[in-house]
Amino acid sequence: MIRFDGVTFTYDGAERPTLDRVDLSVGEGELCVVVGPTGSGKTTLLRAVNGLVPYFTGGRLSGEVTVDGRSTRDHPPRELADVVGMVGQNPAASFVTDSVEDELAYTMENLGLASDVMRRRVEDALDLLGLHELRDRPLATLSGGQQQRVAIGAVLTASPRVLVLDEPTSALDPAAAEEVLSSLTRLVHDLGLTVLLAEHRLERVLPFADSVVLIPGTGAQLVVGPAAEVMVQSPVAPPLVHLGRLAGWDPLPLSIRDARRLAGPLRVRLEGARPVERPDTLAGSSVASLSRVTVRYHDVVALDAVDLEFRAGEIVAVMGRNGSGKSTLLSRLAGVRPPDAGRVEVGGDDPARLEPRALVAKVGLVPQDAGVLLYGESVGEECSAADHDTGLTPGTTAAVLERILPGLPPGRHPRDLSEGQRLALALAIVLAPAPPLLLLDEPTRGLDYPGKARLVQLLAELAADGHCVVAATHDVELVAQVATRAVVLAEGEIVADGYARDVVCHSPVFAPQVAKVLAPDLWLTVDEVRTALLGEPVGG
Amino acid sequence: MTRSAAVGPSRRGLHPGAWWLWAACMAGAASRTTNPILLLLIGGVVAFVVAARRTSAPWSRSLVVFLRLGIVVIVIRVVLVIVFGNRLSGHVLFTLPHVPLPSWAAGVSIGGPVTAEAILEAVVLGLRLAVVLLCFGAANSLASPYRLLRCLPAVLYEAGVAITVSLAFAPELVIAIGDVRDARRLRGRPVRGVAGLRGMAVPVLESAFDRSLQLASSMDARGYGRRVDVPRGVRRCATGGTAVGLLLVVGGIYGVLSPGSLPGGGIPFVALGAILVGVGLAAGGRRTVRTRYRPDPWRRPEWLVAASGVAVVGCMVAAAALGAPGMQFTVYPLGPPTLPLLAAGGVLLGLLPAWVAPVERRPGAAGGTRPPRPTRGRSGNRSKAVTPPPPPAETPAARRPTAPPVPHVPSGTPVGHNEDRAA
Repeated sequence: MIRFDGVTFTYDGAERPTLDRVDLSVGEGELCVVVGPTGSGKTTLLRAVNGLVPYFTGGRLSGEVTVDGRSTRDHPPRELADVVGMVGQNPAASFVTDSVEDELAYTMENLGLASDVMRRRVEDALDLLGLHELRDRPLATLSGGQQQRVAIGAVLTASPRVLVLDEPTSALDPAAAEEVLSSLTRLVHDLGLTVLLAEHRLERVLPFADSVVLIPGTGAQLVVGPAAEVMVQSPVAPPLVHLGRLAGWDPLPLSIRDARRLAGPLRVRLEGARPVERPDTLAGSSVASLSRVTVRYHDVVALDAVDLEFRAGEIVAVMGRNGSGKSTLLSRLAGVRPPDAGRVEVGGDDPARLEPRALVAKVGLVPQDAGVLLYGESVGEECSAADHDTGLTPGTTAAVLERILPGLPPGRHPRDLSEGQRLALALAIVLAPAPPLLLLDEPTRGLDYPGKARLVQLLAELAADGHCVVAATHDVELVAQVATRAVVLAEGEIVADGYARDVVCHSPVFAPQVAKVLAPDLWLTVDEVRTALLGEPVGG
Repeated sequence: MTRSAAVGPSRRGLHPGAWWLWAACMAGAASRTTNPILLLLIGGVVAFVVAARRTSAPWSRSLVVFLRLGIVVIVIRVVLVIVFGNRLSGHVLFTLPHVPLPSWAAGVSIGGPVTAEAILEAVVLGLRLAVVLLCFGAANSLASPYRLLRCLPAVLYEAGVAITVSLAFAPELVIAIGDVRDARRLRGRPVRGVAGLRGMAVPVLESAFDRSLQLASSMDARGYGRRVDVPRGVRRCATGGTAVGLLLVVGGIYGVLSPGSLPGGGIPFVALGAILVGVGLAAGGRRTVRTRYRPDPWRRPEWLVAASGVAVVGCMVAAAALGAPGMQFTVYPLGPPTLPLLAAGGVLLGLLPAWVAPVERRPGAAGGTRPPRPTRGRSGNRSKAVTPPPPPAETPAARRPTAPPVPHVPSGTPVGHNEDRAA
């Protein structure tokens, strides 16, 4: 269905090709996952399928991409709109109309379908993706998860043979992600749709994958094959695979169900062992506090009389479904805007009243769309500007960046970076001055597992130094690795607040993979299991 | 009559063309009079209809924006009159110090006596402009420009898209300015003053352009601009007809503006040019394959709304032609304006849409950036009675797709299947 024959693609002005002699074939009715480190060219590969690369990016493409027998060489993206449905990384940016129903019909209108056919397909898509209650809603009023489903529905109505999705679940909470992925699986099984998708949170997509395309980066050749085989050697792998390697399971399980069947002996070996407890930080001194904070957007209450206290040395994970008030909480703590009612205090001051320079000394925020922090001409310029703004010794920010994501060329323009690279740069800019309160909104979007591990290390060091880190995230594996405390929000109210281990392990939605496999014991990460096993007497 | 024409809640609402026509008529009526009572009456009628029939979509708040703009217009006019003086004689309210200006600035005066007549005239003229603005605000509130675009004939669609995208650029810019401001604050950089302004201009423009490019690529990926092959003759006819026609129109307008330079005062040129452009566009339209999803029908409510607008203008014109007293307001002698009954009665006809137009059902369109809470409906909203409860915010239970898989979504039909194409 999708064929790449010796495809090499080089962006204008780049020294190395982004795609190098790629040969790839994805058969009909296959769900294929593209995995690879941050900045390895996954998005470029996906966008080449319908010709957005190179028609809208410039650059030089040699070799040939064919979809359903049509070559992108002589078919521009619009001529492939009936075969390929493309959903980008940011669905809100791809909307063309202003209401759900019009958006679903847009592609069909362009294809010139008869109006009774359009009616039928719009109704079907509304049912299939559970959107019927939203049909008349303006798109701007939808939550992130709803927007993602509308974006998928909008390409499905044109009945494409191929669906290409770039990080379809990165903006979604675990339950919404599960639901989108099961809709996709249903389409693959029932209708023979071919799906090609890129995703960093492999723990979410691998159970559904038929095959995996591994882009190792660094110019090495692609590895293509059945999911379980490729995962044995993949440098990027979800915790489940690491656990399987540690326990020596064969074949490697890709779903929790398979793993639990194999986990009996491991549970026996772990009997009596306890995970190393994280430092108890409930006695730390207060860094920031919210008292009776209420925030409304028109007639929607985003935060409802919230009381919270953040202490030195804590790493707090703020969780909750899409639209539950997580981002609002962080933005009020950072003083982006004052709350409608109640009081925010950071280090004894109201952050919304501080001058910018005084503000960065007290609190740093990486917003959800990290790119908005960047407006320099190059990576190097951003780093030196950040040093200058916050009075650091020159080179500090660059050194932090090197720790999170080594080898980012300093001459590169921030707009040419991948999503994950941009996030790493924004993280470096905010983490370098090390203010007492660090706020991170979805800090792992587009970041690969090694990058995530380095970030975790950095955050743990900051917390050990007495800084307070608050991360709003859907990434349960991040929470499992680093958080000391977890706060769960729903509809602007706090529904759970306590030790991270207790909060996440007891929730079917937020439990990380290791906890699910080893339940009812409260293990969170592969590292904890490894330490427990190696500390055991030999022969275990 | 109105009772029988009243329509229950309908899903699509009134044809946007009818709303825009009605609003244009109200604006036209306002521009034909300077009687402040009539002007206020028109403004009141427009506001009443909007309050009765607008939805809760984000764009329906345009009326308030335009109302503020109108007030600013009036204030500016009054301030200009006070400072630069329209030296109407009459009742002097106060006197500003006179600033002597050099002789080359004759005709401009700063300061001097300010009369009640001058201020009153400024207020009335400002009011007229404000009411016209209010009418366009009403059109925006009742039907989004995007919905109007959907009704354009296929020929004009592409030009319409260009206009819509450029109209969308301004709001994008406003959003981008807010984002960049917040981001600069978070990085500890000044957000006010010259330094702040300079640092913000580039990123703001960059992100707004970025958004436009993204829109273009996503429109293309979704099939915008697909063409069908038409005979070369038709294609040439389209290009040639449009180009020659436009030239003729331009030349003709020159003739109209400078009498005697062209035979017939240039009008035949304009007419011929317009016909050629029309033919060219129609031929060009055959190249697009675009069809329309659920076109808005034009039925009795649409006719009634349009007719009420035309009736308002008709009464105004008739009243002026009959020489009804009070159509134009005069400050000499200073006194309350008289009310021309025919014109005032006519304006009240503009209220008709408040009853005959169907109430558009837009469930849950709370206009916020998040879904509304499931437990609370909007209160105090006139359309509440017919608004079903807003859909629940995402809760795990509500999220499960309730329908079983529908195997024929993409119909399983081969791509490019012809039976689905509109003729």
